[in-house]
Amino acid sequence: MTADRFRRLLTTSYLVIFFSYLFLPLLVMSAATFNASRFPTVTPWMGFTLGWFSALWADQRMWAALGTSLIVGAGVIALAVPLGLAAALLLDRMHSRAKTFLYALAVSPLLTPGVIVGISTLVFWREWFGVTGGLFLTIVAQSSFIAAYAMLLFSARLQRFDMALEEAALDLGATHGQVFRRITLPYLTPSILSASLLAFLQSFENYNTTLFVRGLETTLTVYIASKVRTGLTPAVNALSLILIGLTVLGAVVYEILRRREERRAAGSAAAAG
Amino acid sequence: MTEVIRRYGPVLTGLILLAVALWLALLVVLPQVMMVDFSFRPALPPSKLGGPEDVYTVKNYATLWTNQIHLAIFLKTIWASALVTAVTLAVCYPVAFYLAQVAPKKRLPLLMLMLVVPFWINELLRTFAWYIILAFNGLLNTLLVALGIFDEPQRLLGGDVGVIVGMVYVYILFMVFPLYNAIESLDRNQIEAARDLGASWLRIHWRVVLPHAKPGIAVGCIMTFMLAAGSYAVPALLGGPQSRWFTEVIYNWFFEGGNWNQGAAYAFILLVLCIGVIMTAMKLFRVGLTDIAK
Repeated sequence: MTADRFRRLLTTSYLVIFFSYLFLPLLVMSAATFNASRFPTVTPWMGFTLGWFSALWADQRMWAALGTSLIVGAGVIALAVPLGLAAALLLDRMHSRAKTFLYALAVSPLLTPGVIVGISTLVFWREWFGVTGGLFLTIVAQSSFIAAYAMLLFSARLQRFDMALEEAALDLGATHGQVFRRITLPYLTPSILSASLLAFLQSFENYNTTLFVRGLETTLTVYIASKVRTGLTPAVNALSLILIGLTVLGAVVYEILRRREERRAAGSAAAAG
Repeated sequence: MTEVIRRYGPVLTGLILLAVALWLALLVVLPQVMMVDFSFRPALPPSKLGGPEDVYTVKNYATLWTNQIHLAIFLKTIWASALVTAVTLAVCYPVAFYLAQVAPKKRLPLLMLMLVVPFWINELLRTFAWYIILAFNGLLNTLLVALGIFDEPQRLLGGDVGVIVGMVYVYILFMVFPLYNAIESLDRNQIEAARDLGASWLRIHWRVVLPHAKPGIAVGCIMTFMLAAGSYAVPALLGGPQSRWFTEVIYNWFFEGGNWNQGAAYAFILLVLCIGVIMTAMKLFRVGLTDIAK
């Protein structure tokens, strides 16, 4: 009995330590935003201030970097989501060795270090098309692996797709275009939304790949990294705090959507069974 | 292929094939091929391209063996990434086991959300959080001095230790989720049965849980090693000139040394290292590519 109790105590303390380890650094970083010290720290505490938010607000370069990140993110959604969708539609209807090969090729960018995705894109586009680093290459390089994430999301949903719906529509004389627009695409709409959200978040936070293909452009993560190395003030913490707040909000919304989707899938499976 | 056309019709099939071909050719395969091709060529001024000196050579690869500093950084990147992988595995296994087998059903959604949320936060920001903690007048130094472990603040940033500590923190969640997914599919009755038959706690883990978790361990280790070896943000923020990472050497060939061919060769070496680790892990743990991309 006491051994059991001891083990439970051990487990609980381990979990408490683990989750503190996950969250304490983020809390410390956030708290440093409100310290009236020139360098971001919580020790010593020099008094409470909101001044670093106004310093951040007045930073023109931050706004420019944010703009760049938004443009790149929109570009990645426009490119990576359709590519991922096309690949998922194709692979869903293939059953051969070719499928295994295509699948391996499609997920390979996810197993390639981000710096190498950036480098190969940079070299290839300069040598073949004379295109140098900039907005276009950043979008292209990020899309090469974000399309794979989108593909996995679409594939997961297509696996639960009732193909009889398409069959029935085709039998009743609908054209392939009509079937796609009226049946397949509406069925995939939730996945299109979550794939777009995922694509944007992945693009927004990307650093390793972007670093090599950005040319003279500065995205928000590149801007933060450069600030940490030269000219670090708690304004960077203010920015981090805001970004973390937005991410947490996005993650919670995404999780709620995903769980609702899962429950609905389980519900329809139960109804069908 | 006939089924694809039957399904989507010729027009849509054409569009789908075109999109997939564009993605895989222009964005995935050709860039890699070009990078490898480039790495076997000498760095020449534009006037000499296509001339007699423009021939394939392994010179760019030989550089790594002749440059002692670069070789040392390369080897350190390997063992440090392996260390990061081992530490994250050890730290995550108890948590993954608890969540997958022990945690009460009611508490699980909240605990999972608490894992998912930091996972979504930008890698760079998670690294920055450790920069604040490890800084010279940061929290950790203050704490250690107050506890009397240090007499005065020490330099915690700019060394290998800081980089490794940061990497464990940043990549830990890439280990937790694959482990959790693998252990979760283990039937709890198997653990009960082993316990009823008198197996000790250690033996249950060694003979029942760990073998079942193999695919998860493989996936977690592959992801963590790949992310650590290919990391640029963590060594750039938490390291210094004395603790350079192989990715930083590659970056310098491109943007400071101006020798792209040399940089491409180093990048390919890094890629081969990662592919080697992936293959070894897949063989060792007997898992396929479909298990990894879940």
